Order: sequence, then C-alpha cells, then structure tokens
Amino acid sequence: MKFAVLQFPGSNCDQDCVHVLRSVFGRPTELLWHKEYSVGDADAVFIPGGFSYGDYLRTGSIARFSPVMGAVKEFADNGGFVFGICNGFQILCEAGMLPGALIRNRSLQFRCEHVYLQTATHDSPFTGQIPEGKNLRIPIAHGEGNYFCDDETLQSLEDNGQILFQYIDAEGDLTDHANPNGSRANIAGICNEKRNVGGMMPHPERASEAVLGGDDGRLIFQSLIATLKTQPPLA
Amino acid sequence: MPSDPAITPELVAEHNLTPEEYEGILELLGREPNYTELGIFSVMWSEHCSYKNTRALLKGFPTQSPRVLVAAGEENAGILDIGDGLAISFKIESHNHPSAVEPFQGAATGVGGIIRDIFTMGARPVCAMNSLRFGELSNPNVRRLFRGVVSGIAHYGNCFGIPTVGGEVYFDKSYEGNPLVNAFALGVLRHDQIARGAAKGVGNPVFYVGPATGRDGLAGAAFASQDLTEESAEHQRGAVQVGDPFMEKLCMEACLELLATGAVTGIQDMGAAGLTCSTCETAARGGTGIEIDLAKVPQRSSDMTPYEILLSESQERMLIIVEQGREEEVKRIFDKWDLPWAEIGNVTGTGQMVVKNHGEMVVDLPASKLADDAPVYHREATEPKYLAAVRAFTLEGIDDLDDPTAALGKLLKWPTIASKNWVYRQYDHMVRANTMVNPGSDAAVIRIKADSIPGDGNGAFPEKILALAVDCNATHVYLDPFEGAKAAVAECARNLACSGATPIGSTDNLNFGNPHNPELFWQLKESVRGLAEGCAAFDAPVTGGNVSLYNQNPEGAIDPTPTMAMVGLIEDAAHVTTQWFKDEGDAIILLGEPLDAEDALHGLGGSAFLQVLHKQKTGTPSRCNLETERTLGTTLLGLIQSGLVKGAHDCAEGGLAVALAECCFSELEGRNTPRFIGAEIDLIKLKSERLDALLFGETLGRIVITTSELDSVKAIERTKLMGVPARRIGTVGEVKGAALKIKSTTGEWSWEVARLHDLWWNSIDNAMA
Amino acid sequence: MKAKVIITPKRAVLDPQGKTVQSALEHMGCAGVGDVRIGKYIEIEMDGDRETVEAKLSEYADKFLANPNIEDYRLVFED
Repeated sequence: MKFAVLQFPGSNCDQDCVHVLRSVFGRPTELLWHKEYSVGDADAVFIPGGFSYGDYLRTGSIARFSPVMGAVKEFADNGGFVFGICNGFQILCEAGMLPGALIRNRSLQFRCEHVYLQTATHDSPFTGQIPEGKNLRIPIAHGEGNYFCDDETLQSLEDNGQILFQYIDAEGDLTDHANPNGSRANIAGICNEKRNVGGMMPHPERASEAVLGGDDGRLIFQSLIATLKTQPPLA
Repeated sequence: MPSDPAITPELVAEHNLTPEEYEGILELLGREPNYTELGIFSVMWSEHCSYKNTRALLKGFPTQSPRVLVAAGEENAGILDIGDGLAISFKIESHNHPSAVEPFQGAATGVGGIIRDIFTMGARPVCAMNSLRFGELSNPNVRRLFRGVVSGIAHYGNCFGIPTVGGEVYFDKSYEGNPLVNAFALGVLRHDQIARGAAKGVGNPVFYVGPATGRDGLAGAAFASQDLTEESAEHQRGAVQVGDPFMEKLCMEACLELLATGAVTGIQDMGAAGLTCSTCETAARGGTGIEIDLAKVPQRSSDMTPYEILLSESQERMLIIVEQGREEEVKRIFDKWDLPWAEIGNVTGTGQMVVKNHGEMVVDLPASKLADDAPVYHREATEPKYLAAVRAFTLEGIDDLDDPTAALGKLLKWPTIASKNWVYRQYDHMVRANTMVNPGSDAAVIRIKADSIPGDGNGAFPEKILALAVDCNATHVYLDPFEGAKAAVAECARNLACSGATPIGSTDNLNFGNPHNPELFWQLKESVRGLAEGCAAFDAPVTGGNVSLYNQNPEGAIDPTPTMAMVGLIEDAAHVTTQWFKDEGDAIILLGEPLDAEDALHGLGGSAFLQVLHKQKTGTPSRCNLETERTLGTTLLGLIQSGLVKGAHDCAEGGLAVALAECCFSELEGRNTPRFIGAEIDLIKLKSERLDALLFGETLGRIVITTSELDSVKAIERTKLMGVPARRIGTVGEVKGAALKIKSTTGEWSWEVARLHDLWWNSIDNAMA
Repeated sequence: MKAKVIITPKRAVLDPQGKTVQSALEHMGCAGVGDVRIGKYIEIEMDGDRETVEAKLSEYADKFLANPNIEDYRLVFED
C-alpha cells in the first residue's frame, strides 16, 4: 500500500503528512512534485495543507492548473482515493473535484486552535473506522476555511450523505457558537458523490500522536488504510 | 538619470555620518568617496550593521561554552551543539522602525529577515517567537499598530510554514508611536551542514538569487538633496518593503537543497542594505575581494541608479558563492523552484569590494576595512535623574488592601497580564507537527524529529526536545536597569525550568533610546552588564542578537527594553511540564522566599499592582539574586526529573495571586473550552506586613508547583535539602464550580474561577473589538 | 450616485501576488503577458453631488480605504 503526498511550491504541511504516513503508520510514502504528470504507483493521494503559490489570487486557484492535478483528476476519475487537508481541500474545491468553495473566515482573521468535530457519515473511505458517537478533537489553522455552497448543493450534500465532518462544541452540540469560521451547516469536511475524493479543513496529521496533545486524527488515516486493505488496487 | 550629487557636509550629515566619521573615510580611502560609496559607508557604519555605539559594551557578554559551534558575531547567527551530531541556530532581531511606519509589512518583513538569517546558516527554520511592545490600547492608533503588526507576523509566518510558538506582549505608554517588534527564529541542522557567509576561492562565481531589486526600503533622507523629477518623485522617496513569504519559502527550500550538493562555498542573505552588506561582509570574512556588475543584477525598473541598487532592501534575496565549474547545479536547482537567479560577479584576491555598472567602475572600497573598521564609540553615561525619585519612593502613602477581591480581577484584566489568545490564535503555532506545548504556558516546547533538519530522510537520531522563552519586564529595567536586565534573564531561565528544561543559550535584542543622550546610554550600559551577568550565571552564552537604538517618540524615549530569549533542552518527553493545576487534591507548594526581607517595598516596586491599582510606575523593583535563581532552577529540574512535579508556574507580573489564578484556568482543551480547576490557599504562616505585597508583590525567585499529595513531603524535603525554601501553601480544588480561595492572617476570600478567566481571556479581545 | 474606488499597489512597491499570477499565466501558456498588478475594487453608493462625493471619498480613501504607504487609488463616478 503506497501513498503519495503532493508538493506544490508553498505547500508546508507536506512533511507533516509524510511523517504521519511513514513514521506513525509505517506506510511507504513519496512526495510528488507539482510538475509531475502521473501519480505513479500510489494507491491513494494526499493533498496537504499550506499556501500553494502563496494562496495568491484565490486559495488553490493556481495549484489546480498544475500538471500533477491533471494526473490526480484522472486518478480520481478512475476511482483512486484522494484526500485534501486544509489547502488541499481548497484546491479540490477550486478544481471542481469537490463541490462548493472555501472563503474567508467570518472573523476575517486566521484561526489556529483545536476544534471539536462530529462525524456526519461513517459510510466513506475516510471515516469508516471512526467509532459511532466518537467526537474528534483536531486543530484547525486557516484564514479561509468558511465552507460555502448554494442551497441546492447543500441539499444534495445532505441527501447523498456527503458531509463527512461538522464543527460541534465540547459538549457535542452543533451550534453556531461552535462554528469557527462561518461554514454553512458547520461543515468541516465533505466527499464527492462517488465517495472516493474527500477534503477537510482541520488537520488530522497534527493530531495523530499523543505527544502533540491528541491523536484523534489517526482515525481518519486508519479509515483510509482499512479501506485500501479491502478494496483491490486500481487496474 | 540624474547625475550624482556632489559630496557636501550637508549630504554627509543626511547620511547620518558625523564630520569626524567623514574624516575617517577620507583617511581610510586616501581620496574622496563618490556618492554611491558614501551611501555604502552610511549603511555599513550605521548602528544596525556596525554596532559602533554598543560594540565595546557587548564584549562583556559571555559567548562561549562547550556547546558553542559558531559564536556570536562570527556569522549571521550563532550555532549550538545539542548532541548526537545535531545543532541549533537561533537569533532575535528587531524591526521596530519599519513597523512604526507600516505595521503589517514592517512586522512581516521582520519575520522574513530573521528566518533568512537562520537558513543562511544551513539550518531548517522550525519555530518562531516574537516580543512586542505597544502603547496603551485605549489609543486608536495603538490598536491600529497592534492589529497590523500581529496580522503581519501571522501572514508571513503562517504562509511560510513556520510555527509561531510563543512570545510576549506588553502595553505601556512609553511605546506609543514607537512600537517594538522583535522577531525570533530557530533552526536545526547537523554539524556537517553548517554553512558560512564567507567568499572563498578566488575566481568562484557569485550568484544573486531571488526576486528583482526594487527601490524598497531606501532611506528618505539620503534622497532629499537630489533633483526630483515629477515622475520619479515617488520612486525617489523609496518604497515600503513588501514581504513575500511564498518567495521566501521557495528560496529556503532551494538554498537548503543547493547546500546539500556541497557546491556552495559561501552564502549570505541580503538584509539591511542587502547587496552592499552581503558582498563586503562575505569578502571580509573570506579574506578575499569581490567584484560584481550591477548590470547583471535583476531590477524591477530600468532606471535604477547604482546607489539605489546597492542600498535597496528588497526582500527574499540571497548572495551565493559557488565552486567554479559547478554553476550548472545552481541553475538546475533554482530553475526547479522557479526562482530568479543571476551570476553577477566573482571572488577576487584583491581584498577590494568592486562594483561595476556595465563595466564602468562605480565602487572600489577595501572590503574588510569597510566591514570591520567602523568607528567604535565609548559614549558618555550618566545615571538618569529620575532614578533618585524612584529610589526615594516608599509605601507610606499606599494604604494596604483590606479586601483583594476586586484587585485580582483588575490585574488579570490588565492587557499586559491578560491572556494573549487574541494574538496567538492568529499564528499557526502547530505547523510542522512538532509543538508539544502550545502558547499559554510558561515556555513553548517543541520536538526535533527527522524532518526538522535539512535534507530528506536524515532520521537516524534520537528525538530532541527544546523549550523556548522570551521575556523582559521593561518597567523593572526602567526603574533599575542592572537588576531589571538580570531579572529578564532570570525569568527566561525560570520559565524554562518550569517547563522541564536546562538553559543552553540565549539571544538578546537591545531596544533603547538615543545613545547620544548620556542618561539613555547609561540605561543601555547597565542593562548590558545585567544581561551579561545573568547569562553567565545560567551557562546560557549569548549566541547573537541585535541592537535597535533611537527608539523615541516626541514624549521621550521608550522604556529600556533588553529583550531576552533563551533556549533550553529537555531530556525526556516525560519531563515536559505545564503551568496549570492538574488534579483535585494535589499539593500546592511555593518554592523560594515569599518575600525579600531586605526589600523595603516588599516586591511592590515597579509592580503591576502599583501601576494598575495606584496608577504609579515607580519604586525600586525586587532585586535579582542570580545565585538563588540558579539554585531554584536546578532544584526544580531535579524534582521534575524525579517525576515528582505535576505542574510548575513562576510568579511574575501580578505576583503570587495572579500566578495562582493562572494555574486555575490557563489550560485550554479546545476552542471556547478552557478547563477550570479550583484551589484552596492558606497563606497564614507566611509572614508579611502587608496583604498587597503578599498577594501581588513581585519578589523574584518564586515558583508555584504542584505534586500529588503523596509526593508533597518528599518534594518539600528535597527542595529544602538544596537550600531552597519550600512551603505547602494549599491544595488543588474541585473542577465543578471551581473557586480560588485564599486565606491570610487578615481574612479569607473566594473568587469564581470562571469569572476570573472571563476577565483575563477576553480583555484584549474586547479592547480590539 | 455610485462611486468606484480602484486601489492598486504603488508602482514602486513589490506586488508578490501580481508577480505570482504573471508567472502562472506564463506557465499555462498564455503568451505575451507583461506586468500584472492586483488591487482592490470597491463600489460605494453615496448621496450628494459629484464634487461633494469626490471630496469626501478622497478624504476617506486617503485615511482608510487605501494605505498611502503602499497603495494608490483612483475614483470613478457613475450617475
């Protein structure tokens, strides 16, 4: 089982993602340069956090046109698993591989803090191993994590069970107060209709070791690893 | 292009050079400098580059220890051994004046500059901190500066991808109009990865890397005498430096990749007066000469003069000297990262810094003399007159408190003491997945793992843990520069000890007023003496630092602010300790003397209490006994390493009561989710003439620790054995309906922890709303 | 009346965002791209005659809407 972690100019959580996959889970993981035209023999692709191309113009707007994103799109179209974290989520939305967009936090400020998440669906490659009723504590670190989509899209996300994670408070209540950025329906992460592409604003790779103050993020990596074990690799 | 102006005494003065200094230049050159050369002297002989006013004083700093691999002054930043072939490089640097003009970009480029200093040494920058000073938040202009500076730091650090793990912010009227922005960065490398800023090897090519040079940061005064054409007016005034963290990230990755090839013989970032400083300093260090042609330097506009190109402060640029014949490797790597580069010259054996423009000679100066022979001044120092009044202050007119209930709330709400979450929640403090203790405890703690050093897959070493603190109570320094500076060092060391770390090195940022004013120079001199004694006492040599003078506003000078940053090593992850109370029933123990018997003000001199409750910023502060502090630190470390300590927090601004309150509420579980825990404190056995001094006095050398009930006797006995006073002062209380209860000989009081937290947590947020 | 405030980085000030977009356009094969500058565009509805509105907006553009240290602005009016 092999992983690829994309590396754009300005990615800065790429090493963190590689660290968790390699050192915490012991999985062979390679960095994939943005100028590559193929994802190689990877079984799943992570698009890490950071500020690809400085996040200039719009977050993710330049990265989506890189050669490697063409390869990632093709990989996903063929059923390959792709997961975007933070800037990776923004890029996937900008590339149209996930619906909606991520706009400026309603506080207008960058926010770095631990938030609480509920898992809205366990029926996805990214959430299957998260125990029912288990709320996750994972940090966010973004200035543009305010998930926006139109009513119709929101309806279809709900109808199809595409919402992966929602912000809640420590007591487990989904309230506006618990929403750190103004996201619609407190959305913190979603997947596509085919359920092979997912993205989330919080950083599970920063919450995968007890020494960093929490390891709830491991469950997300574990879910994908478990999925890959049961699903045959792509032809 | 306007022709160069003639050198007149006025022009010399506009370049901040004295007539004597100009005489020195004539003597050194044996001829008159041209306009461009005059500009070069003005920057190279500025305080920033030459330390001409402070060099003599700085000699007093301890700079050596068995850990020192690169000492202060040798390179852009010092380097310390941390064992197993690993080393760290760190430094603090100010960007005060640019931040006063344009807070966002000023602070952002300050962060950029210090990060470059670190990766120039061959290290991968892994964390940042900052020390900030502003006027009072009731002033709308102060709020504008504060907001701008914090978002500038956040913008640069977050985008670059360096965690800003800690810092400090003080608010005091003396900084109105002259904020202080001191940025710190730390990087990690292997011993064999140390890079040098020396131009070695005659004939080796010199590369310029990074974005094109514009008229960024050019000093306005130098241009006043030039004929301004209508269209060039804006250009001539120079432009605010704009930082590009994205470019810096690429530049760093490319430089680290290039350094790994071994093709680089010298590397230096272009900071102040970028091209000038970097060329002449690398030549001076290499004992060589250097020759460049400005026509080859990438330029943002076509009509720039040699003067402008050489003195520009455009950001994110590097000068790299490469082994002859290996140019292709440089080009390949920089092209991979889409970075502009240009080969602009080569190393020579002449000892001269030669600059040509389209082949025409524009500068021909002796490099080492320019870099090293700046004048050194021994300025006059006179004890300031205000100190007589400070020393004469007594508590006679200050009625003791009957009831401290309101006072504690007021202190917690005071912005200098209040939670800085409004600041640090805007900084990404977790990127790189190394931060073990987030902002909000005594010191930041990070781990060093395989991906913390340059290169890929260099993982064969045991994980290291570092603690970092930055401190300076400038009010205390103002009221007693020598003792206050010592106290700044001692507080850093105490904060490290509370986190479980042993200090290994330090870096200082001297922020002072005009050195030509003998009273202000006296503050500087006494502060440096205090820092030097402090650093020596803790075996924490100064590995580098920065001096910022002329910090004045129309009302006068800022409070003398010798900011101290200290780095320590933690032996084992199990020793990492945080400040907050942990479990109900734990014993609360005070280490150190509750009051200094010889202090007539009982620790109230210069205290937050006097400032907030009595509107008085005076009185001689508590003295700093370095021997006591040192023993206190090693004793606490011993307790921590034996596994006895569950939490440790030092007493600083606001004294014992504020420290205890912080222990009750400073743990943050998540967003909007503080964890509260109560405490029952009994101070009846502590002898104190005054309740205000007992609760809010700022006697130094005190730390509150908690242990399990079972370990408490052992901890107290072991502490006393080391000659450090230790007293059980209470017990950690309940989580439910948490309350802080304090009993003294004169009464008994109780505070709802949630209420205290609200005052402390939201104070700055409310002021900024 | 409607006023448009067009804010751009000063010519002498580095515009990292513009530079990055310029190079992205070139990488995508968009030929002939020159200097790219990225600014802000603000629409303001305001009562009063042209002269008053212009005076008022200039004042507020100077002290609030634009940062005179790094930005220029220009006002465009629509009746």
